[in-house]
Amino acid sequence: MRKLRAWLIRLWGFSKRDLHDREFDEEIETHLQMHIEDNLRSGMTAEEARRQAILKLGGVETTRQAYREESTLPYGETLWQDLRYTIRQLLKNPGFAATAILVLTLGIGSTVTIFAFVDAALIKPLPYREPSRLVVIFGSIPLGPKFHLSFPDYYDFKKLNKVFSSFEVYDNNGFMISTPTGAQLASGAKVSAGFFRTLGVTPMMGRDFLPGEDTPSAPRTVILSYEAWQRRYGGRADVLGQTVTLGGAPNTIVGVLPKDFSFAPAAPADFWAAEHDESPCRGCHWLFGLGRLKDGVSIESAAADMTSIALQLEKQYPDSNRGNGAALFLLSDVIVGDIRPIMLVLLGGAGLLLVIACVNVASLLLVRTQSRKREIAVRGALGASRGRLLRQFVTEGLVLAAIASGFGLFAADGAMQLLTRLIPEDALAGMPYLQGLGVSWHVLIFGLAVSLFTGLLFSLTPTLSLSLAEMRAGLVEGGRSAAGTLWRRLGARLVVVELATAVVLLVGAGLLAKSFYRLLQVDPGLQPDNLAALLLSPAQEKYSKDPQKVALERELLQRVCALPGVASASIANQLPVGDGDTTTTFRIVGRPSHGEHNEVAYRQVSADYFHTLQVRLLEGRYFTSAEDATKPPVVLINRALARQYFPGEDPVGKRINFSNGKPEEEMQIIGMIDDIREGPLDVEARAAMYVPFEQHTPWSEFSIVARTSVDAESLLPMLAASIHQMDPGIATYGATTMNQRIHDSPAAYLHRASAWLVGSFAALALVLSVVGLYGVIAYSVSQRTREIGVRIALGAQRSTVYRLILKEAAWLIAFGIVAGLAGSVAAATAMRKLLFGTEAWDAFTLVAVAGVLSTAALAASYLPARRAALVSPVESLRAE
Amino acid sequence: MGENDVWQGTLALMVLKTLGSMGPLHGYGIARRIEQISGDQLIVQYGTLYPALLRLEQEGYIVSEWGVSDNNRRARFYKLTRAGRKQIEKESERWEKAAAVLARFVAPGEEPL
Repeated sequence: MRKLRAWLIRLWGFSKRDLHDREFDEEIETHLQMHIEDNLRSGMTAEEARRQAILKLGGVETTRQAYREESTLPYGETLWQDLRYTIRQLLKNPGFAATAILVLTLGIGSTVTIFAFVDAALIKPLPYREPSRLVVIFGSIPLGPKFHLSFPDYYDFKKLNKVFSSFEVYDNNGFMISTPTGAQLASGAKVSAGFFRTLGVTPMMGRDFLPGEDTPSAPRTVILSYEAWQRRYGGRADVLGQTVTLGGAPNTIVGVLPKDFSFAPAAPADFWAAEHDESPCRGCHWLFGLGRLKDGVSIESAAADMTSIALQLEKQYPDSNRGNGAALFLLSDVIVGDIRPIMLVLLGGAGLLLVIACVNVASLLLVRTQSRKREIAVRGALGASRGRLLRQFVTEGLVLAAIASGFGLFAADGAMQLLTRLIPEDALAGMPYLQGLGVSWHVLIFGLAVSLFTGLLFSLTPTLSLSLAEMRAGLVEGGRSAAGTLWRRLGARLVVVELATAVVLLVGAGLLAKSFYRLLQVDPGLQPDNLAALLLSPAQEKYSKDPQKVALERELLQRVCALPGVASASIANQLPVGDGDTTTTFRIVGRPSHGEHNEVAYRQVSADYFHTLQVRLLEGRYFTSAEDATKPPVVLINRALARQYFPGEDPVGKRINFSNGKPEEEMQIIGMIDDIREGPLDVEARAAMYVPFEQHTPWSEFSIVARTSVDAESLLPMLAASIHQMDPGIATYGATTMNQRIHDSPAAYLHRASAWLVGSFAALALVLSVVGLYGVIAYSVSQRTREIGVRIALGAQRSTVYRLILKEAAWLIAFGIVAGLAGSVAAATAMRKLLFGTEAWDAFTLVAVAGVLSTAALAASYLPARRAALVSPVESLRAE
Repeated sequence: MGENDVWQGTLALMVLKTLGSMGPLHGYGIARRIEQISGDQLIVQYGTLYPALLRLEQEGYIVSEWGVSDNNRRARFYKLTRAGRKQIEKESERWEKAAAVLARFVAPGEEPL
């Protein structure tokens, strides 16, 4: 207690130093005077009395120092001094400060960013009760282990198992929701009544499903996700008890889920309805199981139990259950299993970057220590203790690390937002743990730990090269220690590795960027500007027959064409630049069939389709609006189909039919168009045939595309509104422009994301390697100052000195680039699959990278070379 | 600090004891009194006395206030607190024990080995 009291008083003393000093002076003065008076009284002369008193009492200045240290906190005081001195040093040397801080910021920023992702995905526990006990149960069939369960199988598994304390099911289909502005597709899931209890989640408002609420006869109830409650109901409290029409049936809203609730396997889901379907069909699989393991039961023994039940069911129901088993996965593996290796690789890469950054800054610090040797020696000679000097270095290291960490955290926050934006929305929905990603407590603590670690590293670096003995020697001669030589060799090797790594990453980034550019250059076969598109899903009951669909098509097109800003509109069963699916098989009339499997893309389009998309007609003619079911069937083919199936022939006028088509369904080829990329942009256009909508109406869903004279984006809301005005029962979704569709297509996303990711790593590597090179060359120059001075004194020209230093750098650069180029061709060959329209040994990229890197590296070594050339022989010799 | 610790520890006891027997006293008075008692064996310098006084004050064993000395000088007077009195007892006891132990070591003819 006494100690604490003293400490507090001393802390307080900090603020009143001047007062303390004045009082102390006065007290000492009094003391001295009293002493002198006593001496006088004992008969000394005035001068002698004063001399004796001063002699006896010792130095006032040292006493004042001791007193001051006692009256306040000396380390606080010197800390403040050290801090001011450090900041002065950094400001005096802005080039060093900026470089060191930049390099560290990059290293810390990237590590913290990747850590935030790893934390969100792998470290943070799932937001459920005891998440490690939750498993997902899939049906396994000979094709694979992740298929659905049927309801009767689920029921039997639930009844017969001895390993789960609860066993529930979910399925993740959306709902058709009726809203005042028409039908829409809403995300949602159906779950059995105990689903949320199994997870250990309770609604934040209202109630959970009651046991038995999932039977076919129970009244229909639904629970909202928090996000849906906010977005669809404005967060109103009276939402409970309201009804919402899902799939045509009214459901009562009974609860709202907590804000942080998410369940990735069924995400995104606005509506969580109770599952009422107890279909007795064992062959109908549409459910996934969710189970909570009983205490002490391992997932292996649970799997064994389930397998034995499955075998039993297989014996009992051989018709439906042959080869059907059950596969168990931990819920956490289901959610993050796919990205775990990617995350760990990225974390490893970022960690490596941080280490390289640290080594580089350490080498910069070493260079600076060399040039500060004399200053340090002088301070030491003036009485600074080793501890005091060490403290100065520690302060400098910590200040550097602290500033860089501050910037690094900001950079990390920005990078996190950027990276999450690179993930397309669909994929992001499956990663709910990334929502609200930012600088959390975990991340902050990690950042602090990293910064402390780097700070200590930098505090120790200069002291390594600065033993006490050497510190003294620094006064007399420029010490050239064995440690210095060792560092030069080690540093040089490290720089070669850094340069080579930078080359590999730069080449990778260059190739990926070129691929992305090439991809965007791909001619989609249509004019994508000013095209608006919308997906439609009309209610089945109302539009089941062909004439109904044709009438719908005509009215839709008429309404949409009447919208202001729409030049033309048409309908297709599938939009271009999709997955290339929806195919048909056909045969050529008049050619013997040997059972070939002629599969081509199959598009049902309205008459104006090619005109709207501005597709080039190569031969023949387009459809006319008169070509309906009453006219002879016609078909248009693309160039790829002609090349593949009619090589060297003129296809126009030939007749084809579906593989199992009747003779009256034979279609005449009336024209050939240029290839439209129906599939991904990075896959060659494949054969496709186009038939008139009115002769072959699609099943249910189709898309409408409109060529606009205004900005296509601005037309989208009107497009949906006009369709709902016509029939509110038509669900509309996926509104987008053609350019956006191309931009968001998986191929574009993949190339863009990888180019960005590799590109940013490459930029970091470039900066780091150049700084590393600078550090090594500058250190070498600082070590060779004397030698250079002698050379100049002996008549060496400045240009010779330049050549001397730049030659040293050039060797390192050449080694690095050659090794890097060899490595990058190997790496590029390995990632050939990611490249598009670009060779792994793309000469332009290789030369450009070598050029960029050697320019940057030579520029970095020019600075120390210049310093060397400007060495004054007299000074360099005298200084040592 | 090594030796200083012992010295400071004993000096603190001397100061407290002096203030205990003499009542409130200024720094010079304390130094003089200690020198007298030691038979001029000890010389008390500023450098040791004033930091020690400051520490005792910080620890609450003494308090100080400015006053006027016998020959009309403004001086800082130090006074023992109640905690200081208790500390004298505690420290004296500790010191006696330590001195007794040490005495056994240095006493002639009683080599402990």
